[in-house]
Amino acid sequence: MTDSKKDYQKILGSVQKPVIGEAGKTGTWSSKKPIIDLSKCTPVKSGKPSCFNCWLYCPEAVVSRTIPPQIDLEHCKGCGICMEECPVKAITMEEVKSE
Amino acid sequence: MTAIEEKKADLNENIMILTGNHAAAHAFRQAKVGVISAYPITPQSPVVEKIAEFIAEGKLKARFVKVESEHSALAVCCAASATGSRVGTATSAHGLELMYEMLPWAAGNRLPIIINLATRSLGAPWSVWTDHSDFITIRDVGWIQFMCENNQEIYDTNLQAFKIAEDPRVYLPAIVAYDGYILSHTMMPVKLENQDKIDEFLPPLNHHINLSDISQVKGIDPVTTPHIVKRTEGTAPGYYEYRYALQKSLESSIDIIKEVHDEFARKFGRSYGNGIYKKIQTEDADTIIFAMGSVSSQARVAIKKLREEGLKIGIVSLKLFRPYPFKELREFFKDKENIIVFDRDIGYGYEGVLSYELKAALYSLKERPNIKGFIVGLGGRDVKTEHIITGVHKALDEFKQGIFTNETDFLGLRLDELSDYDESTYFKRG
Amino acid sequence: MVNVMDLPEEEFIYPGTRACAGCGMALIYRIALKALGAKTLITVPASCLTVLHGMQGFCSTKISVYHTPFATTGASASGILASLEDKGLEDEITVLAFAGDGGTTDIGIQALSGAAERETNFIYACYDNEAYMNTGVQRSGSTPLGVKTTTTPEGKLVHKKNMPKILEAHGIPYVATGIASYPLDLYEKFKKARDIHGSKYFHILSPCPPGWGYEPKDTILIGRLAVQTGFWILYEVENGILKLSRASSRYLDPSKRKPIEDYLMAQKRFSQMTQQEIEVYKTYINDMWADINRRIQNQD
Repeated sequence: MTDSKKDYQKILGSVQKPVIGEAGKTGTWSSKKPIIDLSKCTPVKSGKPSCFNCWLYCPEAVVSRTIPPQIDLEHCKGCGICMEECPVKAITMEEVKSE
Repeated sequence: MTAIEEKKADLNENIMILTGNHAAAHAFRQAKVGVISAYPITPQSPVVEKIAEFIAEGKLKARFVKVESEHSALAVCCAASATGSRVGTATSAHGLELMYEMLPWAAGNRLPIIINLATRSLGAPWSVWTDHSDFITIRDVGWIQFMCENNQEIYDTNLQAFKIAEDPRVYLPAIVAYDGYILSHTMMPVKLENQDKIDEFLPPLNHHINLSDISQVKGIDPVTTPHIVKRTEGTAPGYYEYRYALQKSLESSIDIIKEVHDEFARKFGRSYGNGIYKKIQTEDADTIIFAMGSVSSQARVAIKKLREEGLKIGIVSLKLFRPYPFKELREFFKDKENIIVFDRDIGYGYEGVLSYELKAALYSLKERPNIKGFIVGLGGRDVKTEHIITGVHKALDEFKQGIFTNETDFLGLRLDELSDYDESTYFKRG
Repeated sequence: MVNVMDLPEEEFIYPGTRACAGCGMALIYRIALKALGAKTLITVPASCLTVLHGMQGFCSTKISVYHTPFATTGASASGILASLEDKGLEDEITVLAFAGDGGTTDIGIQALSGAAERETNFIYACYDNEAYMNTGVQRSGSTPLGVKTTTTPEGKLVHKKNMPKILEAHGIPYVATGIASYPLDLYEKFKKARDIHGSKYFHILSPCPPGWGYEPKDTILIGRLAVQTGFWILYEVENGILKLSRASSRYLDPSKRKPIEDYLMAQKRFSQMTQQEIEVYKTYINDMWADINRRIQNQD
């Protein structure tokens, strides 16, 4: 880039566009990750969309409201809220090696 | 406003007798400003009172957000501009200082907001009278700064300011200043232009950011690190690059300021020097008075008398204070012998701002003119013709003696009348 | 009463933000945006939410945001709305201001009060983590009594400001409290507020693991304790009529409340409190509830 007028008028206000993982792969923030025991998971057992506390309480939007719920471990920060809020204790926090 | 003037207000392209404040308000009306936000302060208040009147009468379709402080006024302006509207406000002195935090925000966000400033001195102590102290405090925040000398110039400069600020080669906020009371409350003939002609001159704003278009998701003014951010989705500049671009745009805006001024002159038949400074009887002059606003106006009277004494003296009245037109001033002053600067302000701790900035601008000349600065008229003290004449004589005398100093020299002080004043008679110290 | 399946599946915050693990604010924001939807414009002052939104070039949200200086949130929202009105878009787009407790109860109170007085048609949400967390846990006007912060090493000596009451005094049509631990309650309230014309104010307690001193996994639990002990009361005031929210209504009866110690002792920030100060809290909570009760009785 040069000093020409045209070029510096490309840099106006500081703006942002949406991206996934703005802070990078935040999954690396913690070595412990939630693992769902599907044999206990309410919607999996009933086959009906229900419970989804793990989805509802997740501050990171890394859990899907699907049967079974999927967790985006690349971005899950491992806070453990889903484990605490699972009414049937289907989630445990386990050491997962990051890639 | 009298009833006759009120009738005339319906008719554009008409000569009206207006105060400086009302000239500014008419310019906002005819620029079709979309959002106005302001807070009352003397001597600016009649600007926004008039605008409120225009809106109430249906003469201006604008949203007027009547905020609880000037800080909020400029915050409203910034957000409204970022949402895509043409935006303006007006203020004075403490109001401008309360806006201070938002001034670099508007510039850094490259928002073409226009402020009208009826200049007023800064407290303490309280003073509602004019000087340029408020105007000079914002010289380092990235705004284009104009100073006007009469009410027609206020009207014309406002219309130009919107066009300059909104030019895609610029995208910068601008402030149009004029002396409080001396212009803000003094009536003069002002020609209001035909609306169609103004619409031709000033097309609707085409903003570089527009939050109201929600189909394009944007974050605006986030934390911007010292670094360049590179991701697979793209690259983003660091703070340093944004500020470089701001400075370069300000520097190059001088050309656009001249261009818009010339276009205005062709279209409406009025010009103000070269749009950057006005020359008064400078052709044969070896000695030049350098000043702005009300001080230049007073100097116009003074040079008549000085010329009668045989001095070859003229005036350069600075219209564009930021970006500082150092190249143009250097070019103009390169052949001049003496410059006497009259500042209605002080860069406290140093000297008058016009004075020291001109000295710096001319430093690179091989043969530098003699320069002396005077302080005049702080807090609305009258700047009299005799003060200017005294200053010119004193400066020329000092130049002859080879005295050059940065020490401040005040004209129009009346210390001799204070022999019986002592603060300790009010407050006894322990 | 909404059910988890009533919430839109669509997320407006992308995973991988800069918010701390277990952040109460992130959950509050996620739920609020679900309720308001894509036709929203947001303004945010300097705060933890600025951090969540990300650095230059790239952001973590799918809704446009205008970052604004600390004191200006109410004014900034007014400016966005004024421009939308200028363009005739005010009925299509919801204006949302989202600020922390410092930005609301301290430096931003003037601009917020002004916006409310002007009956600005917007939603103002304060996520209250009860100190200046983003700058390193300094006390704010919303920090509770006894809390240890970096500027109250001895524990704060006075109670927090009752911000919802201050906003109520502006006569605005809707004031609600909320907490991260009851997302369905939050969702319902934001959805309701979206359809009310005028200024709407939310005061939402936002448990903060590093600032409050508890494990990130306990964010929901801590917030629930705040409600169960009666320290935090969930209610809404619609056109002056106060209604206790479902989660709080049973705690009108003092005997149903858990001991305040359960809430205080679960957090390091209260760890140096004396028994005497804890007693002060008991009175404080009883007084708060008595006030609520008096209002409920008088409005029937």
